[in-house]
Amino acid sequence: MAPIRKLLIANRGEIAVRIQRAARGLGIGTVQVVSEADRDMLAARMADEVIVLGPPAASKSYLAVDRLLDALRDSGADAVHPGYGFLSENADFARAVTAMGRIFVGPDADTIERMGDKVNARQAAIAAGVPVVPGSEGRIEGLEQALSLAGEIGYPVMVKAAAGGGGRGIRVSHTAGELAAAIPTAMAEARAGFGDPGLYLEAYVEKARHIEVQILGDGEDVIHLHERECSLQRRRQKVWEEAPAAMLDPGLRAELCASAVRLSRAVRYRGAGTMEYLYDPKRQAFYFIEMNTRIQVEHPVTEMVTGVDLVREMLLIAGGGKLSMTQEDVRCTGHAIEVRINAENPARNFLPNPGHIETLRVPEGPGVRFDGGIYPGYRVPPFYDSLLGKLIVAGDSREQAFDRLAAALESLEIGPIATTAALHRALVQEPDMRAGAVSTRWLEDWLEGPGVAVIAEGRRDPVA
Amino acid sequence: MAIKRIESPLPGVIYLSPAPGEPVFKAPGDSVAAGDTLALVEVMKSYMPVEAEEAGIFRGYLVESETVLEPGEPLCEIEV
Repeated sequence: MAPIRKLLIANRGEIAVRIQRAARGLGIGTVQVVSEADRDMLAARMADEVIVLGPPAASKSYLAVDRLLDALRDSGADAVHPGYGFLSENADFARAVTAMGRIFVGPDADTIERMGDKVNARQAAIAAGVPVVPGSEGRIEGLEQALSLAGEIGYPVMVKAAAGGGGRGIRVSHTAGELAAAIPTAMAEARAGFGDPGLYLEAYVEKARHIEVQILGDGEDVIHLHERECSLQRRRQKVWEEAPAAMLDPGLRAELCASAVRLSRAVRYRGAGTMEYLYDPKRQAFYFIEMNTRIQVEHPVTEMVTGVDLVREMLLIAGGGKLSMTQEDVRCTGHAIEVRINAENPARNFLPNPGHIETLRVPEGPGVRFDGGIYPGYRVPPFYDSLLGKLIVAGDSREQAFDRLAAALESLEIGPIATTAALHRALVQEPDMRAGAVSTRWLEDWLEGPGVAVIAEGRRDPVA
Repeated sequence: MAIKRIESPLPGVIYLSPAPGEPVFKAPGDSVAAGDTLALVEVMKSYMPVEAEEAGIFRGYLVESETVLEPGEPLCEIEV
C-alpha cells in the first residue's frame, strides 16, 4: 500500500471536521460527501471537493453504499475514512471499497465481522485469556449446581430465564440462602412465562462502571493508549468521558490494558480500536463486553493525556505505515475530560433542539479543546444525531481538569438553541462527580432525583 | 364549529402511521380526544408524538407521510 493522497470522508458533523484536520496535517487532499441537507456543514466548507450523495435521509445518503462507491470512483480518492456510526462497522462496505482497489481506513472486513459479532468477540476474548462476566456456560441443572457455581463466582449473582429476553425474569441473590430460595421460584416463573424452566446464572455487577481501552495496531504489532472511563450515560449514550480511569488501582489498570493488547494481537488488529469492559468495583474485576473497530466519539481524551493524534495514526497505518511508536513511547500524563454538547434541552427531558446557531463562543486557553461541526449562522438539521461538538479539557490532575472544565463551560456560548452545556454546568459542581463516586446508573438516578431542578436553576442558555 | 389547523411543534420528518404498512393514526371523520397521537415527528433520531390539544372531529392530513415540516407548517385539520 502507498501513502494516501486523496481521502474521501464518509461522515458528517464534528468527526468529519476532525478527519479533515488530520488529513490536512498530512498534506492529504479531501473529498467530503454530503446529503442535500448538509451542503453547508463545516466539513464541506473545509474540503477540497464536495460530492452530494442524495436526499437528507441517511438511508439515501450516508448509508447508501452504492452512492458512496460511485463518489469514490468519480472523485479518484484512494481511501475512505468512515468516522464512527454510519458505515464505520459495515464489513460489506469495507469489502466493496477494498474490491475497488481503494483503502478502507480501518481493520479488514473479516476483522470487522468477527469482532463486531458479540458471541464471536466473546469467544475470541476467552481464547486470549481476557476475562468475561463469569457465569454458567449453559443452563444450570439444579439447586446444587447453582449453589456450587455461585460459591465459585462469589455473590451477588443473578439468575435469569434461559428463554427470557432483556431484563425479564432476572433475580438477584446476595447470599446462598437467597439463591436457594430464588431458584425454585425463578424456575416456576420461567416455566410459566416462557414455557421453559431453564435458568442461567452469572455474576451480578453492582454499581458497574464502563471502562474501555484504546488500542492501535498495524496488523503485526499492537499497542494500547491507556483507558477511558465512560460511566456517565443516559439511555446507554455516553455523555461525559474521562482518561485515565482514575478510580482503578494501578496494578489492575496495567492488567486491563495488557488484556486488550493480548486480544487485539490475537486478531492481528490493524487501525484504531476500542475494547469495552464492565468494571465491578465490589469484586475489583473487569470483564470484556465488546470491541468497537473504529474511532470513537471520545477519542480526544486519550489524545489529551498521551499526546498521540489518533486520526493521523489511522491514516498513516491505512497507507501502509507501521506503528510510529512503541509501547514504551506512550505516556499517560495528567487527566482529561470530554463533555458532549448536544442540541437537546436537558430541562425538558432532553427534547431535541435543532435550528439556527446565531452565537457561538468557544473557550480557549491551556488544556482546552473544542471539536465542533458548527459555526455562527449554521442551521443544525433535524435529520441526524444531536451532537454539535465536544468540549475537552486537560489538567495535571483530575481536580485541575474539573476546575478547567467549570471555567470553560462558563465561557462556552451557543445560542439561541438549548444544549446539554446546561447539564454539564450542573454536573461539574456535583460532589459525587468530583469524588468519582458514579456508576452507569448514576446519571439516570440523578436526573430522576435532584438533577432537573439543579439544571434549571443554574441554566444560562435561553429557553427555546 | 371551527376548523383548527395543527402544526408540527418541531422540525423533522412527519410520519402519519405508527409503523410502515400500518394504517394512519386518524382518518377523516374519526373522533379525536385531547392527547390522541396525530402523527410522529422524527427529529434527531428520536420519534416524538404530535398530540391533539383539544377534542374534535378529524378532517384530514394536509401533507403526506415522510414530508419534512418546519415548526409552524400545517400538518392536519380538526373540527373543534
